Amino acid sequence: MGSAYECPGCGYQYHQDLGDEHEGFIPGTPFDELPEDWVCPDCSVRYKEDFQAMS
Amino acid sequence: MFKLDMKTYTLATDAGDISYIDTKRYLWMASLAYALIPFLGIGTHALFGHQAWLALPLFVAYVVGPIMDWWLGEDENNPPEEIVPLLEADSYYRLLPMLTVPLHFASLIGAAYWAGTQALSWWGVLLLAVSAGIANGLGINTGHELGHKKTQLERNLAKIVLAVPAYGHFSIEHNRGHHRDVATPEDPASSRMGESIYKFARREIPGAFRRAWAVEDERLTRKGVSVWSWENEIVQSYAVTFALQISLIAAFGWMMIPFLAIHNFLAWWQLTSANYIEHYGLLRQKEPNGKYERCQPYHSWNSNHKYTNLVLFHLERHSDHHAHPTRRYQSLRNFKDVPRLPNGYNGMFPLAYVPLLWFRVMDPRLMALPHIDGDVTRVNVDPEKKDALYAKYGVAGPNKSIPTKETA
Ligand SMILES: [Zn+2]
Repeated sequence: MGSAYECPGCGYQYHQDLGDEHEGFIPGTPFDELPEDWVCPDCSVRYKEDFQAMS
Repeated sequence: MFKLDMKTYTLATDAGDISYIDTKRYLWMASLAYALIPFLGIGTHALFGHQAWLALPLFVAYVVGPIMDWWLGEDENNPPEEIVPLLEADSYYRLLPMLTVPLHFASLIGAAYWAGTQALSWWGVLLLAVSAGIANGLGINTGHELGHKKTQLERNLAKIVLAVPAYGHFSIEHNRGHHRDVATPEDPASSRMGESIYKFARREIPGAFRRAWAVEDERLTRKGVSVWSWENEIVQSYAVTFALQISLIAAFGWMMIPFLAIHNFLAWWQLTSANYIEHYGLLRQKEPNGKYERCQPYHSWNSNHKYTNLVLFHLERHSDHHAHPTRRYQSLRNFKDVPRLPNGYNGMFPLAYVPLLWFRVMDPRLMALPHIDGDVTRVNVDPEKKDALYAKYGVAGPNKSIPTKETA
């Protein structure tokens, strides 16, 4: 089970297992390895550090 | 008021029932009518015979629009936050922007047909191109509403409707560029205090184009795909533009080249006008970590004017749009104490076209905002106007000291 993080603004979810193919992150890419200046791909108004870990 | 069934939304909560009636529910259909505005000119021309009727859509946009906003006034009604999920789920609202997409194609094709088949003098053709451009500037607004949504259908329809005025790079530029950089000096789509709309346009139009390609290139590079591939979403939209506009040239001849150039430019100009007034002079402050503060409600200019908000899918409730970019138009809320424009967009655009008047109306409003409170260092200022504006508002600019009585 990989980790999952959620945008607190719009609800976009990043699952490590799934990656984000459209954004160019292959399945298995850990959240930590996303670029530091990464912003939410759906709303663009929440930064990487705003994302909340999902349990 | 229409005697239509006004849908009531009710939510049971611990604190009792919350209910909300959307009085604008059926009035949102105005955007369908407005997408077809060139046919108002074509229809009256056909009926009464004089090509001056082709100016009627311009009259509706630039005279009727501001008067209606002044006359009907503002609507400060808000759906309660608890009701927003019910509104978001209502498919009626989802359908409307999608339905306008083919109408924007019809407007351009219809205006091109009329220009190519009727005996018109040059200014009749010009009026047709301009009225189609106004309709498809609204098409960019529809592309804006659709492009912010999460379903693939809506995102694809955004690319398709943006193809009509040849502005397929907009979704990427706007969602991934403007929303990230809004109200900062880095944003080509946020205007600066002291910057006229004509100067802004020369920064905004090429800047938006470059940023869109840079953002898409970055995404495709991560995927290991060439920027010149069909996966490039800008290329996809441009391909539709190419097919549509080449077909019009083939059908109606070389006169379509200036006709389409004017149409495309007028549509872009509507967007430039909206961008110019939406964040004029507003500036996010830098935090100690070097990043800009998150976009706040006071980083956008707003208008609650009824008429133009109905035509523009609530675009003028701009603060909530930047707070919740994926939120649908029917749910956008009015905030208290946000920067307010004195008229709707259709009234503010002509004001922007006369820079001296614009500065006279807007600069005092900008300086009076509570979070600026007369402090020009909290304003996004045109660098070339910085010394003059800093001196005017009593702060030493980077190169000059405050003029004293003797030197001023
Ligand atoms: Zn988000």
